[in-house]
Amino acid sequence: MDFDLSEEQRLLKESIDGLLTDSYNFEQRKKYMKEKGGWSKTVWLKLAEQGLLGLPFAEADGGFGGGGVETMIVMEALGKALVLEPYLATVVIGGGFLRHAGTDAQKAAHVPSIIDGSKTLAFAQLEKNSRYDLFDVTTTAKKKGDGWIIDGEKFVVLNGENADTLVVTARTKGDRRDRSGIGVFLVPGTAKGVTRKGYPTQDGLHAADITFTGVEVGTEAVLGNPEDSLALIERVVDEARVALCAEAVGLMDESLKTTVEYIKTRKQFGVAIGSFQSLQHRASDMFVAAEQARSMSMFATMAGDFEDAKERTNAIAAAKVQIGKSLKFVGQQSIQLHGGIGMTMEAKIGHYFKRLTMIENTFGDTEYHQRRVADAGGLI
Amino acid sequence: MDLAFTKEEQAFREEVRQFFRDNVPPETRRKMVEGRHLSKDEMVTWWRILNKKGWGVSHWPKEYGGTGWTAVQHYIFNEELQAHPAPQPLAFGVSMVGPVIYTFGNEEQKKKYLPRIANVDDWWCQGFSEPGSGSDLASLKTKAERRGDKWIINGQKTWTTLAQHADMIFCLCRTDNNAKKQMGISFIVFSMKSKGVTVRPIQTIDGGHEVNEVFFDDVEVPVENLIGEENKGWDYAKFLLGNERTGIARVGVSKERIRRIKELASKVESGGKPIIQDAAFREKLAACEIELKALELTQLRVVADEGKHGKGKPNPASSVLKIKGSEIQQTTTELLMEVIGPFAAPFDEHGDDGSNEAMDWTAQIAPSYFNNRKVSIYGGSNEIQRNIIAKAVLGL
Repeated sequence: MDFDLSEEQRLLKESIDGLLTDSYNFEQRKKYMKEKGGWSKTVWLKLAEQGLLGLPFAEADGGFGGGGVETMIVMEALGKALVLEPYLATVVIGGGFLRHAGTDAQKAAHVPSIIDGSKTLAFAQLEKNSRYDLFDVTTTAKKKGDGWIIDGEKFVVLNGENADTLVVTARTKGDRRDRSGIGVFLVPGTAKGVTRKGYPTQDGLHAADITFTGVEVGTEAVLGNPEDSLALIERVVDEARVALCAEAVGLMDESLKTTVEYIKTRKQFGVAIGSFQSLQHRASDMFVAAEQARSMSMFATMAGDFEDAKERTNAIAAAKVQIGKSLKFVGQQSIQLHGGIGMTMEAKIGHYFKRLTMIENTFGDTEYHQRRVADAGGLI
Repeated sequence: MDLAFTKEEQAFREEVRQFFRDNVPPETRRKMVEGRHLSKDEMVTWWRILNKKGWGVSHWPKEYGGTGWTAVQHYIFNEELQAHPAPQPLAFGVSMVGPVIYTFGNEEQKKKYLPRIANVDDWWCQGFSEPGSGSDLASLKTKAERRGDKWIINGQKTWTTLAQHADMIFCLCRTDNNAKKQMGISFIVFSMKSKGVTVRPIQTIDGGHEVNEVFFDDVEVPVENLIGEENKGWDYAKFLLGNERTGIARVGVSKERIRRIKELASKVESGGKPIIQDAAFREKLAACEIELKALELTQLRVVADEGKHGKGKPNPASSVLKIKGSEIQQTTTELLMEVIGPFAAPFDEHGDDGSNEAMDWTAQIAPSYFNNRKVSIYGGSNEIQRNIIAKAVLGL
């Protein structure tokens, strides 16, 4: 057991922290939001240049063979800087599907263009009534000759409006909530029959609602077993949850730091408000919450490598619960301690709060995961 | 960063676990599982078994009988000890006065006291708190006056845990009234059998007798019983309190209690079925387990950090251990109360001194709940812990 970063990991952290310090302060971020798609292609290519977009891919596929800890380091840094670029959608999720289930041909077709920053991906999974259940799928994929025809509607697809490739979950067999009969398909974003309605999200990212009407794809579109890919989906989504936990830790660190700086300088009654014990104790509780979250983010990272899928899922669910509780407290209290200024779009703290809040509602909230841990019989 | 236990660490865990299975007296274990008090004999017997194995003062330097284990090994040992469960070594001797003596004491004092601490030949108690000095410990008034080759001690200590068993006390005494309050304190040890020492029990709300008031009335103590330098006692006290940062989370204790909650909750019925099948109860329990897992990881981070970078510079996360550890311990006792419901009521008016088992063992659940309110008060109340985080970590 060793919680210190290795030499390579330390260099990775320095590299991404350095990049973001130079090119991602709050003012720069505002500019990036106004660019096409709501994020900066320039920053994205810088991430590519430093090898960060190829981080988790095997060396044989042109990547760097990074593991969970490497992704944790990157996601924490992205959280700290409140980064808008679609790293989660493209590298963690899209890349995750390709890494775990892509054939050599599929990897060759997609991985190099992810690594060099030329293409992005999006995960079209959420449906109108599926909420957080990954097996609740009504979008259909019907066999036609060698290929498939996809019909259905997907919602709040992060990076969905501009992604070059959509990773779509669709039912090939069975009823709406059957655990079997679900496949994963790689669909070009511009395929005939794909309609995308894009919009900004609460936290400044972009998503789309996407309709698939008789979309025809060939065999090269099928990732894994088209009739039984729930385990694959669960694995990749677990990795996305782990990444979100790390991002949230970065966001909480920065929220706490910003808030503590603020109460040290803001004066009322002739003194810095940070000299009041009630505020000191609140800030201390925020620190406790953030540290507990950091511990569970590490636990989730560790669990990503568990061989037993049930154990992995249970551990990551537990982490998402702790992260959810901590982010709510740290986020809300950051606004409270800032007072009125925290309510303004102009101050950066509110944007951290909004991103944290959206993480809570992505891939299962606190209640959802707490129920899963309870149903699994707990952790002890 | 490598977050898994190594093969060697896992093998060590097995070795420790097996030793506890083979050597903890079954009666001792049973009483601990049921939350009963142990007699002095039962505790001392176990500690001597541990000391014979060479594990009685595991974290001491090797030259004084320590093991030379890594920080992670100490963590594993403590966790297994708490989870078995078996009594932890007597903190007042092994974790508190022992390290002060081998760090600040002279050779004679080391030779005289350390082996007896390790074998619990002397039972030590802690003379810190006073009626007027709780969180503001440095305001203490108990006086030690130099008269020839003796200290004459007068005053009163309180909350003195298990003083009724004690042979020795380490005591913070004021030796200079004119200095700033932290600068006039000395660290003096003496026999509880000395003339002028009176111990009066304090009964706590659970009905138990763990803590005492201790009065000193012209107690004569040889001058050589001063540890370290005169008027430097506050530094030694801070050193002593900083030593026990990681044990205070009591992760193993809470784990053991959660196992017990599950065991009981699958027997006790609510709505015609075991309460463990009640979704709301299960979620509450899961919430507690998740917090505990987070605490366990936080503790491991602190342990690993101390192992690597020494104990000199506290890891900021260590302040979390006391607050969260105490909250979780309290939550587990609340959950036990919820499980037994109306059967929490019967009170064993004879108290539980380890001898009376006439009452159903569920009788210990409410007292344990009442008793555990102490954990957010002692060792620096949780409010004081928040002050420490605000000041030392956040710079407020």
